[in-house]
Amino acid sequence: MTAETVIGAVGKQAEFRTCQYTGLKVDVAAQTLIKANAVAAVVFLLIGGLLGLSVALTRWPAVHLLPAEWFYLALTGHGANVLLFWIIFFEIAVLYFASAVLLNCRIAAPKFAWLGFILMIVGALLTNYAVLQGDSSVMFTSYPPMQAAPNFYLGLILFAVGALIGCVIFFATLVIAKEERTYEGSVPLVTFGAITAAIIAVFTIASGAVILIPTWLWSLGLISNIDPLMYKLVWWAMGHSTQQINVSAHVSIWYLTAALLLGAKPLSEKVSRTAFFMYILFLQLASAHHLLAEPGLDSSWKIVNTSYMMYLAVLGSMVHGLTVPGAIEAAQRKNGYTKGVFEWLRKAPWGNPAFSGMFLSLVMFGFIGGISGVVLGTEQLNVLMHNTLYVPGHFHGTVVTGTTLAFMGGTYLVLPLIFQREIIWPKLAKLQPYLFGIGAAGISLFMMGAGTLGVPRRHWDITFSDAPIAFAHSAGAFLMMGLNGISAILAALGGAIYVIVVVGTVLFGKKIVGGHKLTFPLHSGGGAAVSHYGSEGAVKLPGTIILITIFFVSFVLYYFINWKYLSELWLFH
Amino acid sequence: MSTLEPVPSSERVPTMQRILDNTFLLLFLGVTIPTVLYILWGVMELVSIPLAK
Amino acid sequence: MAVFPPKERIWWNEPIERVELIWIGVAFLWGLFMFGFMITWHFIGQQNLNKEAYRIAPSVYETKVEEFAKKYQVREEQGVPVVKPPAGADVYILGRLWQWWPVLELEKGTSYRIHLSTIDWMHGFSLQPVNINISAYPGYEHVFTLTPTESGEFGIVCNEFCGIGHHTMTGKIYVKDQKQAEVNQRLVAER
Repeated sequence: MTAETVIGAVGKQAEFRTCQYTGLKVDVAAQTLIKANAVAAVVFLLIGGLLGLSVALTRWPAVHLLPAEWFYLALTGHGANVLLFWIIFFEIAVLYFASAVLLNCRIAAPKFAWLGFILMIVGALLTNYAVLQGDSSVMFTSYPPMQAAPNFYLGLILFAVGALIGCVIFFATLVIAKEERTYEGSVPLVTFGAITAAIIAVFTIASGAVILIPTWLWSLGLISNIDPLMYKLVWWAMGHSTQQINVSAHVSIWYLTAALLLGAKPLSEKVSRTAFFMYILFLQLASAHHLLAEPGLDSSWKIVNTSYMMYLAVLGSMVHGLTVPGAIEAAQRKNGYTKGVFEWLRKAPWGNPAFSGMFLSLVMFGFIGGISGVVLGTEQLNVLMHNTLYVPGHFHGTVVTGTTLAFMGGTYLVLPLIFQREIIWPKLAKLQPYLFGIGAAGISLFMMGAGTLGVPRRHWDITFSDAPIAFAHSAGAFLMMGLNGISAILAALGGAIYVIVVVGTVLFGKKIVGGHKLTFPLHSGGGAAVSHYGSEGAVKLPGTIILITIFFVSFVLYYFINWKYLSELWLFH
Repeated sequence: MSTLEPVPSSERVPTMQRILDNTFLLLFLGVTIPTVLYILWGVMELVSIPLAK
Repeated sequence: MAVFPPKERIWWNEPIERVELIWIGVAFLWGLFMFGFMITWHFIGQQNLNKEAYRIAPSVYETKVEEFAKKYQVREEQGVPVVKPPAGADVYILGRLWQWWPVLELEKGTSYRIHLSTIDWMHGFSLQPVNINISAYPGYEHVFTLTPTESGEFGIVCNEFCGIGHHTMTGKIYVKDQKQAEVNQRLVAER
């Protein structure tokens, strides 16, 4: 297959610049596309974040900010804006970076990429418009027979088509890089992670098309009926898989950040790539996590799918959980921090928001999002938490403390390297990942706590004040919701600082010229580490071994505690 | 990407490495496996739910 | 920057570090255990959700529930019938905008065949504070056996978004302990 067959005739010669910090050749067209997608991402993060704050403040019983109608509207908008728009725009930027920039290649068909970008923007605006009109408060999942305005579905479809174009551009760029021999041998690990994300994205978008197009036609009155159970099955092939794109993308960013900041190389290419390979094969099966309390599905289907085929994709994540800190420890030891077990970690660049964002994301994704995800996705344990606030608690652990924090950290690399602007207010930027991380961790943990106490998700009033048959949650549940509100304020503060720093830097940051010393410097070998492959080789990693041991013990304990809870329930079969 | 570059050394690239280097094979696997195991199997489960007596 | 030819073209044959190898082994076995434990719980556990389900027109289901309620109604609470089915009976629960209907009175330690469905939107059956959570669909009748293991007054809330009145959607299950009641009665009589 040649590049021509994929993208048509090659246009005029692309224009490149060479990055003074990494030595990478950057296609200017790709750079502009990355900028556009990153800016769009931040705008939708701002919208979605504000809506999220209003949701959390309404759930805080003492504040109870919004009336019911507005609460459900805000919740629908929050989901669409942050879970889809912010994250996918950023991911498209990551895809372009990992293909064109890391492979020193021109981007395929930039005009076509712009078409994709415009479709995504139009789609996102259309869906937001439908939500704000007030007749599409159907939640992000839009389960039928509840119906939204046709524009709600149409917006999502346009957005998905645009994102699919982004994936096609990514694959086409890989083909060009191969054809034009801009790299030799295998692609770098970060690009391999991006390939994983793009593959999952293709499955995700295809599933979305299969279910959203008929649903759109149904909302127009052209189809009489959408089966709610069938809808839920296929919808989650999209809904959950979008989150698996995130996992692949943010794990790639972990490797990227470790390479650029510390010169870290993977311990073993074979192991890290095989871990991504497990994602490609099995991660998407976890869509079944949402169908464990449903009628009519056989346990064999539930078990095979919910376990990502015998937990082989979890194995992938657990491997990254070792190899990422392991690679950091190995690199830091090579950088001279060899004293004791943890000098490498203590002397890590904690003042660099790219590093702190990345490392907090790694730790919290594992401990909060990862463990709770496996427990929630266990066939029988699911009944304890299905549709309670535990579910948003879990996925705020993955998508917010995991993906969003990693993307925020990554932004502090994109600003100087792609926008070529020096970060303004570095002191504020230093603080940002901690503030946001702690807030998001609180949101996640307190919602899980409330869910464990039975508080339902997507619920305006846990006092049930208007219910004809009274019901009251325990005092503990109210405490959890209050703490959740306070955490949301912290996270919103962290999010606001992020937006201010990014917008301020893009607009007013000092232009970076030749010979400029970065406020948050890269490792001298960072560029080579990130754009090549090669294993670190034999090293001793006592610190990492301790970290993963703590992780494993927490995992096992929490897993069995939940089985104990389950065994005390009423009996059912 | 499916064609293999000639290897500079005389060493043959191991099969697993060639699979992992083959983006479009990976794309095929990554779409087919969940489509069969999750969607098709799941849809079959749902359509085989009997009518109420 | 020149594109350096990679030092090692073949990375698949590189040896894996010992720590990685051990961790892969531990993680793999743990995964295998968790996988096996889900299967095992079907044999040793008392909490496994039945897949038994039927397609049913919502109106037909509604009629079934109404007949059931009429047959076993013992009293009324806030306009909702309180229904006390005999041990082992088929029990029908209906979710609709915005209530779980009817109120049930069950016996501790007795098994019932619960039928669960809705007639409008999707709803989420959430038994509190026990915390048993099951999705309910219009058009699908889900059947499972339930045995209360504690007595008292339990709430059912809805945990699937079902419109503006979602937060007012509740229901109730009373669980009576017949044996305990008899013992108490005897104690009172003896006194």
